[in-house]
Amino acid sequence: MSNRVFHAVAGTISVLWLLPIVAVLVTAVRSFDDIAANGLAAFPQSFTLAGFGDAWTNGGASAMWNSVLVTVPTVFLSLALSSAAAYALSRFEIPGRRTIILLMLAGNLLPPQILLVPVSKLAELLGIYDTLIALIVVQVGFGLGFYTFVLQGFMRAMPNEVQEAATIDGAGPVQIFWRIVLPMTRPALAALAALAFTWIFNDLLWAITVLRSSSVMPVTPALLALQGQYVSNWNVIAAGSVIAAVPTVAVFLRFQRHFISGLAVGAVK
Amino acid sequence: MRRVPPILLLFVLVPLLVEGFWVFWPALQGFWLALTNWDGVSAPRFVGLGNFSRMIDDPVFHTAVTNTAIWLVLFGGLSAAGGLGLAVLLQKERRGVGAYRAALFVPVVFSLVATSLIWQVLYQPGGIFDSSPLADPDTALYAVLVPALWRQVGYVMVLYLAGLKGIDPGLYEAATLDGATAWQKFTHVTWPQLRSVNSVVLSVIVIDSLRSFDVVWSMTRGGPYHSSELLSTYMYATAFQSLKLGYASALAVVIFVLAFGVIVTYLVRAFREN
Repeated sequence: MSNRVFHAVAGTISVLWLLPIVAVLVTAVRSFDDIAANGLAAFPQSFTLAGFGDAWTNGGASAMWNSVLVTVPTVFLSLALSSAAAYALSRFEIPGRRTIILLMLAGNLLPPQILLVPVSKLAELLGIYDTLIALIVVQVGFGLGFYTFVLQGFMRAMPNEVQEAATIDGAGPVQIFWRIVLPMTRPALAALAALAFTWIFNDLLWAITVLRSSSVMPVTPALLALQGQYVSNWNVIAAGSVIAAVPTVAVFLRFQRHFISGLAVGAVK
Repeated sequence: MRRVPPILLLFVLVPLLVEGFWVFWPALQGFWLALTNWDGVSAPRFVGLGNFSRMIDDPVFHTAVTNTAIWLVLFGGLSAAGGLGLAVLLQKERRGVGAYRAALFVPVVFSLVATSLIWQVLYQPGGIFDSSPLADPDTALYAVLVPALWRQVGYVMVLYLAGLKGIDPGLYEAATLDGATAWQKFTHVTWPQLRSVNSVVLSVIVIDSLRSFDVVWSMTRGGPYHSSELLSTYMYATAFQSLKLGYASALAVVIFVLAFGVIVTYLVRAFREN
């Protein structure tokens, strides 16, 4: 394919792909009156950040904070627990290690629907229903199998010599994990952290399963509430979706390489 | 590989217990609840396979199954075909190709809720359409499918790009020497070499199709008149809106059974690679 044809084809597709995003960005900075008077398709006659202000002050800010409170501990706990499991399962002869790895992975492949009713009842029973703790623990539990699977594959590929040398120097298994294996796992951890961040930040299903009150809702479910609250205030709804997309787009742009390699390696979700 | 120091058993046991408590134990309960009638308040009443025989006469269940099948074929088929096509188009490193890949990939990082709000804005009367395709039972399912595809295609493209990168360039050179056309190169070199990626993509799209919930829930809640209902949305509404927890669990079991073959295939492959 000649260069000119290639750029014409790829360029057209890319522009078409970005068009919805552009349309929403434009809608987000129009005023309500402009949209009401001229319609959504009309050329914008106004420029205002009022939509962002409305979306942010009417729940956006607190939802974003809730998302931070859920996402950061969930990513941290998931990776801490799964790298510990992956280390033991990949570098030592744990009895039944293959079975354990596959069992854990199988848990992550289950359709979440089979878990929804029991998980919400379990959270009620423990008295953590409608709290962010419930959302954190269930997402940690559900994600562990996948992260462990990816990490143990990565750790198994490490040369044995490093571990042996450290053992001769008198380092215990925990020290080896902390000082040698974890630092060497950094690229995989970075990829998984970027992926986990977007999955957890974007989650809707677990949130609406274990949470009820709007005061504890993270960004993604809060967007749905915003939609109900601002029916046909398209500038506010557009601004809300832009705000909700900013953190994940930022993570993607910052960790682009890790992010893509993580997707390609894992490929379960 | 060496003898196991006791502390490492904790390294495995703690994560295993967390997953066991929040995944395996609830999953077992889910299968049990599928055999009961339960309102969530009084004790569950055992009804055997009653919930499953009830599905036979449930018109909404029939719609949900049909729509899930349509979803599987269209969402799965089109995202696989589109993702492969774009990956082939953008596989060669050349000027500007990074920007095109990024453009196609951006929607992947949006949540499905944000995605569906973006498209709801586009669908509004007075925009592209005179009346919203989400409001018409004949078009609602397809109107929801478009945003889902918009987001999935870039993801599948990344998987195929990784697969294409692994193909030995010598194979293409040999094919060129033999005078192969572009199409012949694709059918005789690219496609056979993509076998393992194809099976990954197949698992991903089947699992993703059956999991699809967010986009339908945020755009239509399965309506109007259940016309865009999927098994996943019907299950959620049955559980948390109608509070028929037993019947909802039975619907979840149906989803599980549909996903089972793919899950097993995936695990077998993971086992071999291990």
